[in-house]
Amino acid sequence: MATTATIETGKNRWGGGTAPMNASYGKLMMWFFLLSDAFSFSALLITYGLIRYAHPAYAGSVEDFQFSTEYWPIPEKVFEAVPFLHGVEAPLVFVGIMTFILILSSVTMVLAVEAGHRMDRKNVIKWMLWTIIGGLAFLGCQAWEWSHFIHGTAEGLQVGGETIFGANLKVNQYGPPLFASLFFFITGFHGFHVFSGVVINFIIFFNVVVGTYDKRGHYEMVEKSGLYWHFVDLVWVFVFTLFYLI
Amino acid sequence: MSSHEETHHTHVIPEDKEKTKKIWRVAGILGFVTIIEFIFAFTMPRGILLVAIFLGLTVVKAFYIVAEFMHLKHEQKTLIWSIIGPIVLIVWLVIALMVEGSAIFSLRY
Repeated sequence: MATTATIETGKNRWGGGTAPMNASYGKLMMWFFLLSDAFSFSALLITYGLIRYAHPAYAGSVEDFQFSTEYWPIPEKVFEAVPFLHGVEAPLVFVGIMTFILILSSVTMVLAVEAGHRMDRKNVIKWMLWTIIGGLAFLGCQAWEWSHFIHGTAEGLQVGGETIFGANLKVNQYGPPLFASLFFFITGFHGFHVFSGVVINFIIFFNVVVGTYDKRGHYEMVEKSGLYWHFVDLVWVFVFTLFYLI
Repeated sequence: MSSHEETHHTHVIPEDKEKTKKIWRVAGILGFVTIIEFIFAFTMPRGILLVAIFLGLTVVKAFYIVAEFMHLKHEQKTLIWSIIGPIVLIVWLVIALMVEGSAIFSLRY
């Protein structure tokens, strides 16, 4: 490092022999991967917007809202169940808890990266472990959410003399068929990202514990997996707004 | 790898309290914005204004995550623009598909 001359003039920066963006190859490629992943998620979320826009909206007041396959549901009327509180209407409470879990696990990840900069192995281990626990907690919440969404409410919905409970890819009690399809696809795609994030974090955590990065002399891998983990949190911020709030 | 046993006494740099404080402050902002979204969700009538507020607050949260947590704000300008520039395409897609959506709606209903 000491032999590397710092190049001040922009002219020589792209001439080779130096990292022109002051970021290592691996970190740069993680950024560009995340950019492409951002396009994937944008396409999915914008498709949600397109399909929702192409369906009639519910016109009445929020209090009188009833499920129907004729119009798009109000999300806070769909997502109002909380584990252990059967029959209690608590709109958006559970998804709010999930949001805070993911934000907190993002914070612990930044703290792990910060500890890594200081070569503080003990604290990297501590914060990485909290991050993994947060990720697993989020996945558990999502599993419950899916299970509730699939099984539905006790009343169900009458469609053409038949009662529908919950949701599948063909029909659902909450609204038009595409509503459930988009729910499964978008939260599923995000959930799979969380899952792979937890796996990656665990591999990095293992390497930290056995001292791989102390031998290497830097903790940049923690930084890279951190970028991915924050991105997962970033996507959830958008899913939360577009799917649950609006 | 050298043959002799590597005994690394890695020098741990002491924690900078200011830095940690800043991280928790950003976390506080994210939590605070989320709580505001909840309050708005249950006190304001549903409509264009509420949707606009939600989208605005989402962009605020996204800014703090990308700029501070992902550290992009403190990177080199070329890197910042390499990441932010292509986002223009997403803006284009939003506009294009919203127009398309309303066209499908008027065709069907």
